[in-house]
Parts: sequence; C-alpha cells; structure tokens
Amino acid sequence: MSIPNDHFRQAIQHTPFHARLAALTQTEEWTVWNGCMAPRVLDKLSTEYFAVRSSCSVMDMSPMEKYRITGADAYRFLDRLLTRDLSALRPGRVTYVVWCNDEGKLIDDGTLFQFGDGDYRLCSQHHQFDWLMTSAMGFDVNIEVETHDVAALAVQGPTSYSVLTEAGIAGLEDLRPFGIANLSCQDFPVVVSRTGYTGDLGYEVWVSPENALPLWDAIFSVKSRYDVHAIGLSTLEMVRIEAGFIMPGFDFNTAESTVRANFDRSPYEVGLGWVVNLDKGQFTGRKALVAESKRPAKRRLTKITIEGNKPVGEAFIYNKKGGKLVGEIKCAVWSPILKANIALADIEYIGGALPKKLWARLDYQRELKWMSAWAECRPTNKPFYSPDHRSATPPSRL
Amino acid sequence: MNNYDAIVIGAGHNGLTNAAFLAKAGLRVLVVERNAYIGGATVSRELHEGWQYSSCSYVCSLFRPEIYNALDLGRHGLKIIPLVSSMTFKQDGDYFGSYSQPNIRRRELMRHSLRDADAVVRFDADVLRWCKLIRGFLLRTPPDPGSFRPRDLFEFAYLLKKYYELSESQLYEFIRFFTMSIAEYLENYFENDTVLAHYSGGSIIGTGLGVYSPGTAYVLLHHAMGDVDGNIGSWGFARGGMGAVADALASSFQAHGGEIRTDADVRRIMVAGNKATGVELASGEIITAKTVVSNLDAKRTFLQIMDEADLPPQLVHRAKHFKIRGSSGKLNIALDGMPEFPALPHGSPLTLGHMHFTDTLHRLEKAYDDWKDDRWSADPYCDALVPSQYDPSLAPPGKHMMSVFVQYCPVNPEGGWTDAKREQFGQTVIDQIADYSPNFKDLLLHVEVRTPREIEEETGLTEGNIFQGELTFDQLLFNRPFPGYAQYRGPVKGMYMCGSSTHPGGGVMGAPGANAAREILRDLRRPDTTPQEFSDD
Repeated sequence: MSIPNDHFRQAIQHTPFHARLAALTQTEEWTVWNGCMAPRVLDKLSTEYFAVRSSCSVMDMSPMEKYRITGADAYRFLDRLLTRDLSALRPGRVTYVVWCNDEGKLIDDGTLFQFGDGDYRLCSQHHQFDWLMTSAMGFDVNIEVETHDVAALAVQGPTSYSVLTEAGIAGLEDLRPFGIANLSCQDFPVVVSRTGYTGDLGYEVWVSPENALPLWDAIFSVKSRYDVHAIGLSTLEMVRIEAGFIMPGFDFNTAESTVRANFDRSPYEVGLGWVVNLDKGQFTGRKALVAESKRPAKRRLTKITIEGNKPVGEAFIYNKKGGKLVGEIKCAVWSPILKANIALADIEYIGGALPKKLWARLDYQRELKWMSAWAECRPTNKPFYSPDHRSATPPSRL
Repeated sequence: MNNYDAIVIGAGHNGLTNAAFLAKAGLRVLVVERNAYIGGATVSRELHEGWQYSSCSYVCSLFRPEIYNALDLGRHGLKIIPLVSSMTFKQDGDYFGSYSQPNIRRRELMRHSLRDADAVVRFDADVLRWCKLIRGFLLRTPPDPGSFRPRDLFEFAYLLKKYYELSESQLYEFIRFFTMSIAEYLENYFENDTVLAHYSGGSIIGTGLGVYSPGTAYVLLHHAMGDVDGNIGSWGFARGGMGAVADALASSFQAHGGEIRTDADVRRIMVAGNKATGVELASGEIITAKTVVSNLDAKRTFLQIMDEADLPPQLVHRAKHFKIRGSSGKLNIALDGMPEFPALPHGSPLTLGHMHFTDTLHRLEKAYDDWKDDRWSADPYCDALVPSQYDPSLAPPGKHMMSVFVQYCPVNPEGGWTDAKREQFGQTVIDQIADYSPNFKDLLLHVEVRTPREIEEETGLTEGNIFQGELTFDQLLFNRPFPGYAQYRGPVKGMYMCGSSTHPGGGVMGAPGANAAREILRDLRRPDTTPQEFSDD
C-alpha cells in the first residue's frame, strides 16, 4: 500500500463500499473504525436490528485488520502464536482464535482462515503487524498486511442464504458453519465464509476492492423480494452481545495498550478458557496460563441477565443490595428479541467462585432526571440467543 | 520598612510560584530580581521592535495544573494553547510528521513503517505508565531515605508503594528505562531511522548527553510527562509568549499582597549565628527577613551569594561538583514572512508545531561528539517553532517570530566565546534551516543568537544549563541537588532553595517552587497553601 505524503488532507479514509453507504445514510451518524468512516446507524436502529434477526442485514466490514500468513512454517508459527489447538483445522475452514503475550495476557482475538497448505488469513480487532513480526522470529513465514487489499461484507440473518443465492452466488447450500468457499458472483470471483459476529445464520463475502460495488449492487438487486438492509455498528453491538461475543479493547483492555498493572486480562478471565489448550505443546503465554489454571479463579467476564426493564449503561455490581462491590458491567443491551436486559460483566470471584448473588446498581435518566434502582442479575454460560437455523446445512430457504 | 517575613531571590517562575504560596499563607513576601524585568528564563522580551521573543524557554507543558488552579492563573491572564504537531525533515526531501489527530498520526507512521505504526501503541502505553508513576511525585517532597522521622518513613513508603503497584515485568522495565539511553530504549519499539531520530530528540534537549548516553531515556519523560488539559505529552504555547507565565504568577502573587523589586541584585545572603537574617543588595542596601529563599541554581546559590565560611565544607564541595553543564544555544528570529518548506505539501499543518532537521540517530550522536570536543555541532539538533502563526501578539501583521533551540553548543569553545564566534554559531543554524527553506535567509530581519555565555549572562543559570543541573539519576529525587539537602532546606536555619536545582528538576513546571513553599510553611507552622497532586487514577 502506498500512502501519499499529503494524506493529512483526509484524516478518515473511505472503504470501497463508501459510495453506497453515503447514498443510503439518512442519519449521517458516522464513526471511525480502524481509520475508516463507518456508519453507526443508517436509518433506524430497530429496523436494522430486526434485519439481522428476521431477514437479511449487510454490513461493510472492510476496515477489519487482515493479515495474510504464508510459508513453509506458517502452521508452526500460528500454532506457537495462538492458544488454541490448530491440528484439526483444514483448508477451507475457519476457527476462532486468541493470542497472548508471555505473561498469558490477551493481546487480541480474531478469526483464522485456512485457504490451503501454508496459506492463512488472520483477522483481528486491533493492529497486530508488530506483534506478528516479533512472534515470527525463527520461523520461515511471510506476513503481509492485506487490510486494504480485501473488501468484505457481512451478510447476516435468516434469509441471508436466500439473498446471496438470488444475488447470483451459487454453491452455498453445502457450506457448513466455519467453512470457506471460492465462488463467483455474476462474473467476478468471491470468497464466502460461513462466519459472522451476529449469532445468526450468516456469511462473510470477501472480494477485491474493484469488485466491491458490483457485489453490493448484486446483493441489493434482490431487495424487492427480500428485505435486504444495510446496518451500522450500533446494530452489530446489540447482536454480538446477544450472541455472547466479546470485543477486545471494549470488554477488556488489551495487553499492549494497558498502562496500569493488572488491568489486562487472561483468556480464562474473560471466559475464553475453551480456546486455550495447555496440552498442545509450547505456545506464547503457556507457562503463565498453566500457572493460572492451577490457581483459584480471581475473576470472570460473565454473561448476565438483569431483571426488569430499566436502561442499563455502565453500572457497578454488588454481592447484595448495598453489599460488597464485586464487579462492573462492560457492555449491556436491551435485547428486543428476548425482551430482557443482557450484559457482559467483569465479576471478581469470592473464594474462587462466582458470588452467589449479583445485584446491579442502575443509574438511568427519565426526562433528564437521574434515578437509581437495584436489579438482580442472573449469570448464564450459554449465548443469550442462538437460533437453530444458525447452523442448519443446507440452510432453510426463506 | 526594610523587613519582610520572607525574601525570595530571583523572579523566575519557581521564585514567583514560591512567593505566591507564601503570600497566600499571609506572609509579607518580597521578591528581589537582578534584571529590570521579571521571569528569569520564563520571559517574553521585545529585543527587536514589534517582536516579542520567548527568548529562553519557549514552550510549556510541564507547568502543573494543580498550581495553575491553586494560584488562579487563568483569571490572572494565563492561556496555554496545545500544539498540534512535531516533525522532522529528511535529507532525501521527504519528511516525517507526528500529528495529534490519531488517524493521521497512524497513517504517517504507516507511510514510513507499517511495523512502527503498530509499535507506537505499545510505546505510548509504556511511556504513559512511567509518566503516571513520576507525576505522582512531582508535588511531593522527596523522602530522606536515611531518616527515621515519621514523615520521611511515610513518604518513602509512599514511594515504594507506587513503585510496587507495578507488575513484576513492569518493575524490571522501569529500572531499564531509568538507566538506558534514549536510542536503545526506542530501538525496543521502532525500526525506521527517521522515527527513531524524531522521538529521541526530546531526550537530549538541555542535557550534556548524547542519544546513546545512558540516562537519556529518563529525560524523555521530562518532555513527555507534561500535559495540556489531559493530553499527556503534548506541548503548549503560552499566549503572549512564555513571559505570560511569569506575568500571571506575579499578578497572583501581588493579589496576595506580595511585592516585587526589580534591578535588585543580591550580593549575599546574610547569616548570623547559623540563621539567615536577610539579604544585602549590590547597592549595599540591606533587607532583613527570617526566611530567605533562593531561586538560583545550587551552584550560584552556594558559591556566589553565600559566604563559604557560613557553610559546611562538604556542602561547598558538593556545590562545586554539581553537574550543571551548558550544552544549549538559542536563536530568536524576526522574519519578514512565513518561510517556505518545499518538502511539505501545500497546506501542511506541520509548520505549526516543532520542526526538526536531524533524521538519523547517527547525526544526533555526531552532533554530541562535536560538543564533547568543545565545538558547537556542525550539524546541530534544532527545535524550531513559529508561534506567531497562533499568536498575533508576537509579531506585526504578516511578519513572524521564530524560536530555534539548538543542541549542542559548548560553554567554552577553544579560545573562549567572542561575538564573532557567536555569529558563526548562529550562521551554522541558519544554514541548516535554509537547506530546507530556500527563502529563509531572505526573510531574516533580526537574529538574536544566544550561546551558553549569553544565557548565563541574562538569566544567571550556571553555564546556561536550562534545567539548573543535569537530570541524571545521581541528581534526581532525594539526591537533588545533593544528598541530605533534597527537602528544600539550606544548611542554615531559615534559608531555602526553590529553583529547578531541587526536586523534581527543570522545565517550566513550578513544582520546586510549590514544594519549597510547603516546607517553609511547615517550618513556620503556617497553614499549607500549596496544592496536592491530582491523581491519574
């Protein structure tokens, strides 16, 4: 990528889909995602939300950091970098991964795509090139930043299979969750993965930037038959909490950006112990994680349902009304499909166990007046929302 | 009447800060200043008609917001405007800019090194961590580690507690940070030559050290730990020039009933029976006070305005060997218009901030080599700013004022300084800037060149050392200025130090002045008017 020396004239970049988003937006509510203009909401949040849950949503995910990792040692390098056992990963498959520093603290999470032998793409939330290059010492591996060389749309929702098929992408019927397929849309190639951040049936469609707008137009050409709806990051925030997905840098502080001691988090502490395999052999952070796994748990990022319907923002959590402070809510949302307040909360364990009772102290406004209320919270281990149609193969034609 | 509760010698920013807190506590305080004007090195002067030069210190970030608040400096007219950028010109015609807008900053780093663009996240977090740690000590009196007085034990415990709030690996890193050179420290993060040179420059400003000298990493903190309204590490311009800082302090001091006498050169601090009794001016006039505070550097205080016979010989010995080396020069320039810098695309905001012209660590180290041989750097490190772009009060309409800080400049070039040599030194700097600005020389209306000789003559800073003593670990915290004298008290009763020779050292910070006031008020059993530090947590 070549950056001109007068790039300062444009502080925020446009993605390859920007022209379509700019034409669609009725709110002009933009934010910045990895240096790119990204919509928060395009028309109405509730409409966009229900596109994900009842029809088909389209989100521009081009700003996502993407690294192409190739070479004879690519597998060995990734196996050393990532906490997860990769031995079952095959070409044409995707897996969710996290990685840590030497102290077993989370640097970031992401998805690992295997295209072929020794050919991978790692997508991450934060900038990882420096860490990947540092970790690559001693491995015959080539790492390239391809963030801006690949455009991508997340097409998610119960009708997403039908929409993509109608849009001219044939061959999706056999694609299982976490599968990758090399297909074409009309006359240009696309890579489709059955992945997403919504917890619903959905696909991510990867395309070279010059085919971005044709892809968009193909998908939206079926809008007269299907409710295809562009969505922004505010909707994504709602549905990813419902799906129980965490966001590094928001739900916990990533290790490299952490200033204060112990403000960073291990995979165990954010409930990602299931992606740590201590038996797979050496990997970065293993020694610290082995030690941590033998100690009583100090804290966990916990999924909680908060009783009642009071708006939940940032809030402290106590072990009883007016009791001991045991945690705080990191992200919360009123779930329209569950009609419940759901949240991820960083909870300090007492004696190695989750406190028996959890009460949130909610501060909220009614007509600009601040009010305060206690609400009991119930922990859960499962995703808040995970419909059956999410994983059916072939997906039902709706 | 010629009797005061306290006399503060020197109207620099620390002297004025000290005096203001004493006056606020109800003392009758007199500040005596040798020059015809106040400010010391925190001064704006009209040395060319129509231009206001910040003739010594030229940017502000370290000034403690707690002092600003406690002395109500905003209502006394002080405004500090954040600077937006810094940059380094490259010899190949390109440039590197450090912008405050985060997306532009990242893309500019990416333009030079994809890796460095990511590494800066880690660098920022680490530097912020050390800043946070050090900032907690700025407005506190250093403990005497050999003392068992409850207060010293408490302060020492506080110091250890802050230190042990770090994680194990952070503890190791902190020790490394304190002892490393800036070049080697930055090489832990960055790979690009220009990026390395750009971020290391701040660590040699004002020091007799090079980018590869151990201890320079810490100096980075002295330039990064300041803040303008929460933007840690950002610099600011004082509206009206640096003299506005001194003027606001003086105004606050006078509002609390304080008096300032200029053209009042102190010949000596009078001592009787191991107690300070007042000062004698060069005119022979005697002014008495039971409390006498020196804002002068430690060398000048003990070796020039005190009678060595009044002092413990070990203290005299320490003062003689206090490390306070002149290494800096300064050019103040009146310009007929804004210089052009063809390397910068039209409309670049980078002329609004710091401009540097040294793009490799190698060149920075060579600049230091010249100084070690008592020559000024043939290829110096310059920090050039044109504050008149922000502040029209500094130059007539359409004209500009440029301030160029220069590292390195020797105290004693072979054969000593002459006016001709000074002009040659100035020409070296002008030539360097002109290499990047073809019309620069045509715009020069007036150039005032300062070597350590001129800086010392005007401000009294020994050797023109801007920090009143090197900021090396052997002269910091409870060792500043000397072991056993770090709590602002001099060797005779009623005599105190409040300058940058004391903890926490140099920079337009005000902290030494406030800390000294706290100790004086404690000894006098007066209520403490000095502020507690704001917490970062």
